[in-house]
Parts: sequence; structure tokens; C-alpha cells
Amino acid sequence: MGIKRGLKVLAASALSLGLLAGCNASGGSEGGSGGGSGKVIKIATQTPLSGGSATLGESIKLGAQLALEENKKKFEDLGYKLQLQPYDDQADPKKGVANAQLIGSDKSILGVVGHLNSGVSIPSSEVYEKYKVPMVSPANTATEVTDRGLKTVNRIVARDDFQGPAGADFAINKLGAKKIFVIQDKTAYGTGLADAFKKAAEDAGAEILGYEGITVGEKDFNGVLTQVLSKKPDLVFFGGLYTEGGQLIRQARDKGIDIPFMGGDGMDSSTLVEIAGDAVQNVYYTSVAADASKSSDGQAFSSKYKEKFNKNVESYSAYGYDSMSVLLKGLEAAIEGSDGDLPSREKVAEEVRKIQDFQGVVTKVGFDDIGDNKFAKVYIYKFSEAKYPGVQEGEISK
Amino acid sequence: MLAEILQSLPQVLVDGIALGAIYAVIALGYTMVYGILELINFAHGEIFMTGAFIGVAMLILMTGMGWLAAMPAILALILVLVVTSILTGFMGVGIERMAYRPLRNSPKLITLISAIGVSFLLQDLVRFITEYKRGNYILTGPSMFNEKFSIKFSSISSSFSDAFFKTSTLILIIAVVIMMIGLDFFVNKTKWGMAMRAVAQDRETASLMSINVNKVISLTFFIGSALGGATGVLFAVQYGTIDPYIGFILGLKAFTAAVLGGIGNIRGAMAGGLMLGILEMFAAANLQILTGGIFGAEYKDVFAFAILIIVLIFKPEGLFGKAVTEKV
Repeated sequence: MGIKRGLKVLAASALSLGLLAGCNASGGSEGGSGGGSGKVIKIATQTPLSGGSATLGESIKLGAQLALEENKKKFEDLGYKLQLQPYDDQADPKKGVANAQLIGSDKSILGVVGHLNSGVSIPSSEVYEKYKVPMVSPANTATEVTDRGLKTVNRIVARDDFQGPAGADFAINKLGAKKIFVIQDKTAYGTGLADAFKKAAEDAGAEILGYEGITVGEKDFNGVLTQVLSKKPDLVFFGGLYTEGGQLIRQARDKGIDIPFMGGDGMDSSTLVEIAGDAVQNVYYTSVAADASKSSDGQAFSSKYKEKFNKNVESYSAYGYDSMSVLLKGLEAAIEGSDGDLPSREKVAEEVRKIQDFQGVVTKVGFDDIGDNKFAKVYIYKFSEAKYPGVQEGEISK
Repeated sequence: MLAEILQSLPQVLVDGIALGAIYAVIALGYTMVYGILELINFAHGEIFMTGAFIGVAMLILMTGMGWLAAMPAILALILVLVVTSILTGFMGVGIERMAYRPLRNSPKLITLISAIGVSFLLQDLVRFITEYKRGNYILTGPSMFNEKFSIKFSSISSSFSDAFFKTSTLILIIAVVIMMIGLDFFVNKTKWGMAMRAVAQDRETASLMSINVNKVISLTFFIGSALGGATGVLFAVQYGTIDPYIGFILGLKAFTAAVLGGIGNIRGAMAGGLMLGILEMFAAANLQILTGGIFGAEYKDVFAFAILIIVLIFKPEGLFGKAVTEKV
């Protein structure tokens, strides 16, 4: 009993101390006039650091961390101390919103890099908007993320309604597909992508021989594939994720269907190769993430990253880096605009949105009035052997 | 319309029989347990899943040690099948002993909940172990029996197209037929089979006739689970990739097949499984043609289950079941 009470007292005092400290920090920064050095500016990252997609989430965080550390010196000269504040959203919208509240109430946080999942980004960004915290997303593709027209929400990757048509364009013009069979997995992501692809393909003059759905979690797709077999298309497009995609490709090859398959960024996973094995040959996928090893900037980044964290870059590492760089550029402009005073969050958000011509490691960044990147590209990859990632075949810009 | 359906029919039949054979063997597990205990063993789908994982783990292990390359693939498969079915058989006995026997005299709802609990427990246990060992709970086994065949239906009549399948489909169907004939023989022709039928008919009277009821029930669980586990291995070889949640949907459909054939009836379960598999495959391939594009392949389950409901309305005891009067 005694121990329990002691713990309670301890917890309560720690909490009140924390609150006091929070008040002090925010009070200090608001009242801080004149160029007193040592004022802290924090930038948060919110990505899954635990659970199934922790690898991707951590790569974004590490990329952002690298960019922040490289800019530390510059901000010290301006009189500010930069700090990274990582949060774990666990790929869970509830957790993301709870963290967003914490971010909103910490007055020294002037920006967020995140999230990985659109589903987490959408509700969390409502909170950022309320507290006027600017957000730059390295990975969200759902159209709704920016379509709500929030002032604080930006992203540097392409949208889903660009990815589908980009795939259709490649399939028709580069692969010469005229008769296409579309399969989707009935999820919001799969159907959205497949519909966007189908519409663009029809507009470009291709014939859609069939539009079929499969159920997530099932393993036998032979029924649908029998239709593919009897209709003899030039190409099969699959809107869905790698688990079903891998099975579908494998079973199709077993039936002697040797035509190219195509999918979206849901197929961009090493597990696809593991499931499909050798059947993965002649499979194309579109992705919003560029292959960093393609450019010299990207290679330099990869070796820096490897040296610092002793880890290989993942597809979104460089996007984490670029998101942070864009955010810091906006912050710098805001500080200059306020004559060295600590700028308000609103001001930072405004300056981030104003960025028109920023060259990052993997992507050029220029935001339009709803926060989409005008220079975002979709990349096309092909598997010619059972090895992940595929070979980059082309890139499509708006 | 008819010409199109006819054209793809051979392929639909081959795929449907392969899937139906899997449903049929799993349905046997449900039907045997229900026949004896009037308990729906919802953990049976998970026993099937565990069998698939044990089988794939063994195959991966054997590949790692170079055994798979050293011996004929079919021998390796038979070895894996035997070991897996013994392991899952004992697992089934253990589940009955711990989760069902203590509750045998409680209301039926209680055992049903216990069964659902066991099934979740198995799912997460398998997921935990796989994730711990491999870092990913989706498991892909070594690929075996990948030679492709085609039956030239087109040479019989030009209105058919050829059917494609691989060796593993053939092995799956042959193995399932052997298992079903073996079980049918065991139940109908042996002494233990007779004891099983006696316990199914009346547990109390059978125990008075010097039948050890608990032993018979354990045996039933052993056989049902062994068959389920072996089917899991065949499933993994046929479809390549497995995850801890495959047992749920498959189990549900196999249970449906058991009801369709008349639950408690072994031959009915076999027929029901095959019917459901072919029906499902037919629907996936032809629903769009049949409905003029209104419904697509994603509605195949609705189609299959609608037929099930119709059968049950007009013949509630199932296609092969006898209308039983309530035991007194």
C-alpha cells in the first residue's frame, strides 16, 4: 500500500513538474524577443516505429533525422537550436490523433514530417490544422489527404488519381496493350486505383475485356483466371496488395497465362517476390517512390545514410529526408521574415506552402494551392527476375 | 452465352474439383465430430492451418538440410504428410481433452464458445511462432510439383477449350480420394468404426455395451484432425503461400459443405465439399456472363451460399442426411 501511494505521489509530482516545464518553455518562446541564442525549435516525425510497417516508418524517421542534423549549424547561426521529436503512430489512426494532440500542445514544435499511412494522416491532419502545425507527408497517396484543402497539409509524392492513369499510359503506349483485363480486391485502395486505371485506359482507346473482384484473404483465384484465359487479353491490371497479387500471378502462370501483369504501389514489396517466386517475371508495377540509386545525388545520400545509421536505404528514406528539408526551408524563410524572432506556426505553414522550386535528393518540390507537389512523378518498375526491387523502366511526370 | 460457359467448363471443373476436394476433407472433420458429440468444432479450420504450417516448416527444414534434393519429391511429400497428420492428430486429441471434455455436460453454447476460443488461440500462437522465427507471418514453401499439364478437351469437341493444371493438383486429388476411401472403409468395415457409429447413435447405451466412449471420441478427434492436417500440407503445396488466417474462411466453407451434405454424414460431407468447390469456381468464372455484367466474380460466395440456403429450406437435413427424430 505504502509503495503504491508513494508511486502515485511521484507520478503526480512528475506530471505537474512536466506541466510547469511545458508552460515555461512555451512562455519563454512566445515572449522571446531579440536574438537570444539557445531557443529550441522542435520538428516532429510521426510514423509507425513498431508493428508490421515499422521498417518503412523508421526509414522515414531516419531520413528526416539526417536532414535535420545537417541543418543544425545553419539554424544555430540564426539563433535557434533544432531538435527532432519522433512519435510512433503504430499505423493506427487513433494513436496518430492522440500524438497529434500532444504535438499541437507542445508550442516548440513548428512542423511535422509524416505519416506513412493515408488512413492515419487524414484524421491526424485535422488536428494539425486546428493547431496550425504545418505537415509535409513523404508517403501519402490517397486523394483525400489534400483534397480537403487544408492550409497546413502538404505532400511530396504523387496522388492515387495520377498513379492509375500513369500506369495506363505506360501499358498502352510502351507495352502496346490493346485488350486489358482489370482485377481489383474490393478495398478502398484497390478499387480506387483500378477504377482510375480503367478510365484512363478506356480514354486512351484500349478495350477493357473484364472488370472483376476478388476477396482479400482467399487463396484460390482460379475462377477469375479462367475468365482471363478465355478472354485472351494482352495485359492484366491488378488493383490490390502484394499478398493477393503474388498468389494471382503465381496461379496465372500455372495456367499458362504468360502475358504481362501490372499493379500499383501495393505490389511494391519484397514479399510479392517471395510469394510469386519465378512467376514474378514480366510483372510491372507503378510506385510513387523513386529508386534512389538512379541519380548521383541519391547515391551520395544512400552512402551518407548507410554510414550514419549502418542501414540500407528503404524506398521512403530519401522522401523522409526531402520532406524534412522542405519543412526546414519553409521555417528558415519564416525566421527571416520575422527578423530573427521565433515565427508563428501559421507563418511557417504559409512559407512551406509558398515553396515553388526546391531540389531534393529524389524529387523536386513545388506545392500547388492545395499542397500537392507539382513535380511529383510516378515510376514504373519491372521484375525481370525473382529479385526485389524491380528494374526502373520509366518515369512519368504530370 | 451458353457457348462461352461451355468453353471454359473443363477448366472450371478441374479447378473446382481441386478446391472442392480440400473442402471435402475438412468437412469430414466437422461432420465426424458433430456426428459423435453434436458439437461444432470451430477449431477444426485452425487445425488444418496448423497442419499447413507444420508441413511447410518441415519442407523448408528439409530443403535447408539438402534432403529434398536427395530424395524423390513424392517420397518427401509422403513423409511430411505422415508426420504432420500424426502431430495434428494428437493436437486434436489434446484440444478435445482440455477444451471440450470438461465441458461435455454443459450447455452446447458453452462448448461452442470454447471452440471459438481455441481457434483464436491457435491463430495467434502460429502467428507468433512464425513471426518470431521468420520475421513475417506469411510463409511461402519451397515450390514442388510444378510441371504443367493440359487435357486436350478441344480435340473432343471444339466447343471446349483445354484445361490446364499442374502435378500438384493431380497429387492433391489422388491423396484426397485415398483418404476418403480409407476413412469410409474404416468407419463401415472395422470394429473401431462400428464402435464409432454406436457412440454416435447413443452414447449411454454404447457405454453399457462395454464400449470405452472416451477412447472412441479421442479416436474420432485423432482421425478428423489428422486428415485436416494432411489436407493443410496438400493445400500449402498446391497454393504455395499460407498465413495463420487461412483456416477461418476455409473452415467456414467446409462447415457449410458438411451442412450441405447432411451434417453427421460422412459420404454427404465428401459430396457437399465437391459440390461447393465446383459451384464456387463456376460462379467465379461465369457470374458476369450469366448476369450480363451486373454481378462479378466477387459475388461467388453469395451465389454458393444462396444455393445452400435454398437446399436447406427444401431439405433441411442436407442432401444426403436422413431426417432424424430427436433422441429420447
